[in-house]
Amino acid sequence: MCEAKNKDLIMMCRCEDITLDEVRDYINQGITDLEQLKRLLRIGMGPCQGRTCTPLVVNELAKATGRPVKEIPLTVFRQPTTPVKLGVLAGGIDYE
Amino acid sequence: MNKTADYVIIGGGVIGCSIAYNLAKKGAKNILLIEKKYLTSGATGRCGAGVRMQFGTETNCLLAKNSIEIFEHLGEELDYQDSIEFKQGGYLLLAYTEKMVEQFHKNLGVQHKLGIPSRWVTPEEAKEIVPHLNTQGLLGATFCGKDGHCNPFKTTDAYAKAAQRLGVEILTYTEVTRLLAREGKITGVETSRGVIETPTVILCAGSYSRDLAATIGIELPLTPERHQILVTEPVEMMQGPMVMSFYHGLYCQQVPHGSFVMGLGDPNEPQEYNQNGSWQFLHEMAAKATFILPPLAKLRVVRQWAGLYDLTPDRQQILGSMPDFEGVHLAAGFSGHGFMIAPMTGKLMAEHILGEETSLPISMFDFTRFARGELFVEPSVV
Ligand SMILES: Cc1cc2nc3c(=O)[nH]c(=O)nc-3n(C[C@H](O)[C@H](O)[C@H](O)COP(=O)(O)OP(=O)(O)OC[C@H]3O[C@@H](n4cnc5c(N)ncnc54)[C@H](O)[C@@H]3O)c2cc1C
Repeated sequence: MCEAKNKDLIMMCRCEDITLDEVRDYINQGITDLEQLKRLLRIGMGPCQGRTCTPLVVNELAKATGRPVKEIPLTVFRQPTTPVKLGVLAGGIDYE
Repeated sequence: MNKTADYVIIGGGVIGCSIAYNLAKKGAKNILLIEKKYLTSGATGRCGAGVRMQFGTETNCLLAKNSIEIFEHLGEELDYQDSIEFKQGGYLLLAYTEKMVEQFHKNLGVQHKLGIPSRWVTPEEAKEIVPHLNTQGLLGATFCGKDGHCNPFKTTDAYAKAAQRLGVEILTYTEVTRLLAREGKITGVETSRGVIETPTVILCAGSYSRDLAATIGIELPLTPERHQILVTEPVEMMQGPMVMSFYHGLYCQQVPHGSFVMGLGDPNEPQEYNQNGSWQFLHEMAAKATFILPPLAKLRVVRQWAGLYDLTPDRQQILGSMPDFEGVHLAAGFSGHGFMIAPMTGKLMAEHILGEETSLPISMFDFTRFARGELFVEPSVV
């Protein structure tokens, strides 16, 4: 597999361009709380709200801490669940 | 868990972390910071991340000016390996009524005496600063190019890491349930993980400081008030300054990451511990933002959230010590502007706690001002 050579090219978060290496680097610094990783790396803060990256990060956290995946608390999903234009929210029809 | 500490700081927001660092830097030892969730889980991680010197009272101007001067070199001072994302794109404060024009000129007078480089700008000049600004109904504005933005997560992380390197211990996911006192003296704190004995407690738990103070019979005039906020997808840089309108209760800034962060104050908001976002906010925010800054209509909102202001009757923070108790210090009640003054507040609180002369006077922020009726209202807040 490409993992050995191109580790830094494995994308964890497509919205914010965050690689597996960056995530592991933070975890190795001792940041093993998903809430903290989200806020310091912006992982899960992009338009998809972590739909892609959160399960991947949780797996990494489980591996690093030896805790089962289901015991790792998830972060809060915030509204809106899909991005909406301000113009639409303001009641304009031109932006739909 | 049973242990002792010389100083227990309650609250892992930017204020607690700044105090922890400043105390340790001054040589204080055996400092423990206790946070009920994770660092920045309170107002700090939910704030608009704006920093400005343009205030209406001399004391806030001084706190903010000194803090921005610290922000300018904070990454180096704290030896932070990451970036605190400090940006000085200015603040443009919009005036829509004659009364605001008058107040802003008064504020400029106060600011200029203290060397703050703010100035009055006409609607045309405002449009040069923010080309997509709708100047309809605008009478003028004030602008200060030294104001701007800083990342609250990174700033708090930077303070926390520097504090830890100096020996501060940080306990997260630990809640202080009660303060313990005997004969007018603090003896410790009771936490969800056991008792910690200490002669000195520093309360910086936002509005929850009120509930904690109540456990030793002290009534703090703090009320929680929800404030809502949202962030858009990141786009090319197009807006330098924070645009703020007290008339609309609105603020809106493009942060270095490219996204726009914007929020509203709601005068009808009930005062309670509610941190849920509402649909009405999205509509009102969108309507007001796209009126003042029309091209923002194209931007997609990716997330909305809410946080709590810790309001005092005069919208000024309480800094200092409890009069009738030995060993209780307080830094709370920031009423919506605590992030930007955190660097100087941490420094002043450390000086005060260690019994040194403070680099700026803080006695006017004392808790006893409410009993004395010496309120001094900050006019320039959303
Ligand atoms: C929507 C919004 C926008 C804002 N915009 C700005 C802005 O643009 N610029 C600005 O300067 N300020 C702004 N503010 C205000 C700013 O966020 C606060 O003044 C500042 O973050 C206060 O920091 P703090 O450390 O005092 O409080 P907090 O960050 O609230 O920290 C207090 C901490 O104490 C913890 N805690 C509470 N009770 C306990 C307990 N019993 N035991 C242990 N821990 C406990 C909490 O979990 C919390 O983490 C805004 C606030 C909001 C809500």
